[in-house]
Amino acid sequence: MTAATIDRRPASAPASAPTRRRTRALRVPQWFDILWRNKKARFGMVLLALFLLMAALAPWLAPFDPRQSGFPPGLPPSSEHWLGTTGRGYDVASQAIWGARTSLLVGLVAGSISTAIALAIGMTAGYLGGLTDEVLSFLTNLVLVVPTLPLMVVLAAYLPGGGGVWMVVIVIGITGWAGAARNKRAQILTLRNREYIQGARQAGDGIFHIVFREIAPNMTSLIVVGFIAAVGGAIGAEAGLAFIGIGDPETISWGTMLYWANQDGALLTGGFARLVVPGLLLALLTTALTFINFGVDALSNPHLREQ
Amino acid sequence: MTYFARRIGFFVLTLWGAVTLNFLIPRMSAGDPAQAILEQVAAKDGYVDPAQLEAVRAMLGVPDASLWAQYVDYLKNLASGNFGVSYTYFPYTVTDVIGDALPWTIVLLGTTLILSFVIGTLLGAWVAWRRNTGFDAVVTVGSSFLGTLPFFWLALLLIYVFAITLGWLPSSGGYSGAVEPGPSPEFFVDAWQHFLLPAAAIMITGPIGWMLGMRNNMVASLGEDFTRFGRAKGLSARVLAINYGARVAILPNITGFALALGGLVGGTALVEQVFNYPGMGRLLLEAVANKDFPLMQTIFLFSTVGVLVANLAADLLYGVLDPRARRKEAA
Repeated sequence: MTAATIDRRPASAPASAPTRRRTRALRVPQWFDILWRNKKARFGMVLLALFLLMAALAPWLAPFDPRQSGFPPGLPPSSEHWLGTTGRGYDVASQAIWGARTSLLVGLVAGSISTAIALAIGMTAGYLGGLTDEVLSFLTNLVLVVPTLPLMVVLAAYLPGGGGVWMVVIVIGITGWAGAARNKRAQILTLRNREYIQGARQAGDGIFHIVFREIAPNMTSLIVVGFIAAVGGAIGAEAGLAFIGIGDPETISWGTMLYWANQDGALLTGGFARLVVPGLLLALLTTALTFINFGVDALSNPHLREQ
Repeated sequence: MTYFARRIGFFVLTLWGAVTLNFLIPRMSAGDPAQAILEQVAAKDGYVDPAQLEAVRAMLGVPDASLWAQYVDYLKNLASGNFGVSYTYFPYTVTDVIGDALPWTIVLLGTTLILSFVIGTLLGAWVAWRRNTGFDAVVTVGSSFLGTLPFFWLALLLIYVFAITLGWLPSSGGYSGAVEPGPSPEFFVDAWQHFLLPAAAIMITGPIGWMLGMRNNMVASLGEDFTRFGRAKGLSARVLAINYGARVAILPNITGFALALGGLVGGTALVEQVFNYPGMGRLLLEAVANKDFPLMQTIFLFSTVGVLVANLAADLLYGVLDPRARRKEAA
C-alpha cells in the first residue's frame, strides 16, 4: 500500500486526497513514535524483541542441541546445565531457548491465517450486507459460541497421522477467527456509508478497490490489534494442545516441555525449573503482545494517549 | 417481545448449526472412523446391542449411504438419546459414561464461573472507582500479566506447592477410593478437599476478563454526560459510582458471560486433565487419546449445547435488564 503511494508521488509532495493523507499518517516514524511513547507498549516491544532475538539466535545461545539426549536425567540446575536436565536426559535451557521458535512460528502463522479469515468474512459480510451478511454473521456467531478447545481437539483427532506442527497451526488458524470477524464487520458498517466511500462508489471504483484501498486503511489499527491478539491466542492454544499431547510430542516447544515434565513426574522428583520456566516464558511472551496492544489501541483512540 | 423472539430464533438456528457441525466433522475425515471403532469393539469380544452399533454408525458415518439419509438417521438417533457405545468404557454406552462425568463438571465449572463473574465484576467496579490511582495501575497491569498464565500450568504449580510440597490437599481425582460415593457427610468432605485445588486453578485467571471489562466499561460510563449531570446535581461519589457507573457498565459483562464460558470450558478441560478430575473435560481428552470417536463426538455436542443454552439465558437476561436492547430490535 505504501509502495504504491510512493510510486505515484514523491514522498515530499503534499498529499491531497483524504485517503492518501490517512496512509501518510500511519507511516513508520509516527506510529512507532506513538507506540514508543506509551510505556506499556514500549515494555511490550522490548520484551518481544528479546524473544525474537532468542528465537533467531537459538543455535548460538543454546548451550546444547535441544535434541541431544544422553545426559543424566533429572539433574538440578548447574553451571553446565543452567536449568538442569529433563527426565529423558535433555538439556532444559536449550529446549526453552529453541522453544521460542516454535511458539513464535505457530503464533505468527496461525495468527495470520485466522486474521485473513476474519478479514475476508467480516469485511464481506459488513460491506455486502443483505443475505450474504445474514449467512456469514450466522456462521461467525456459530463458531464464536462453539467452545474452542473441544473443537480444536476434535478436529485434530480426525486429521491424518496425528499431525505435526503444521496440523496444529491449521487447526488453530481455522478455529480462532470468529471474534475478530465480528469486530471487523461492526467497524466496516460504520465506515461503508461515509461520504468518501460513497464518492469512490460513484466514481466507479470496484469493490476490491473500495474495500482494500479506501476502507481497509481506516481499519489498520483494528486489524493490527486483532492480529496481535490472534498471535497471542495461537501461542496459548499451541501450548495447551501440546500439553495434552495433541500434535507431535517430539516437537521442541514450551507446551511439549510441560507435557514431558508432567509425564515423567517432574512434580514428584522436584524438577522445578522445567516446570516453571516454560510457563513463565509463555506468560511473558503473551504479556509482551498484550502490552503492545495497549499502545496500538492508543494509536486509534487519542483519548487513551494522554497517560 | 421481538427481542426475545429473535434471541430464541437465533438459539434454535445455532443449535441446528452445532448439531450439523457435529455431524459433518467425522464425515470430513479421510478414513472411516466408524469402521475403526466397530472393529475395535468387535475385538473386545462380548455382546453388544445391535442398536448401539447402529448408533455408532449414525454418529460417525455409513460408507455407502447418501449424506442426506445419514443425516436423517443421525438426527433420529439424537432425538432418541441414543449416542452409541463407548469403546474405552466398553460395554457401557456413551450416555452412561457421560452421565457419570457430567455432575462433576457442572459443579466445578458452575461454581467457578459464577464466582469468577461476581468477583471479577465487583473488583472491576472497585478499580474503576479508584481509577488512575496507583492501586488501579497495579491491579490492571498485574491482572493483565496474571491473565496470560496458562490454566494448566497454574494447575501444575498448585499441585506442586499444595499437594506435593505441603501435602495439604490431594493431588488428583474427584474423591478418594476410601469413601463410597453417595450423599454422606464423609463423601462431601472428601469431594470438597478434591475440589479446592482444581477450582483454585480456574479462579486465579477466571475473574480477570470480567474485571478488566467491567473496569473499562465503568470508566467510560463515569465519563458520560449523564454522570456529569448527576455530579452537577450534587450526588455523592458513591451514588454516582453505583447507580450511574456500575449499573450501566455491568450490561456488556452479562453478554460477555456466555462467550467467556466457551473459553472456560476449554480451561476446565485442561485443569481436569491435570488433576485427573472425573469430569467431562478429562473424559473428552481421554476419548481423543483412545480415538473413542462416539464418546468424543457426544461430549463435543454436549459441551456446545451447554454453552448455547447459557448463551440464550444471558441474552434473555440482558433483554430483561436493558430496555434499550428491546427497543432497538422493535424499532
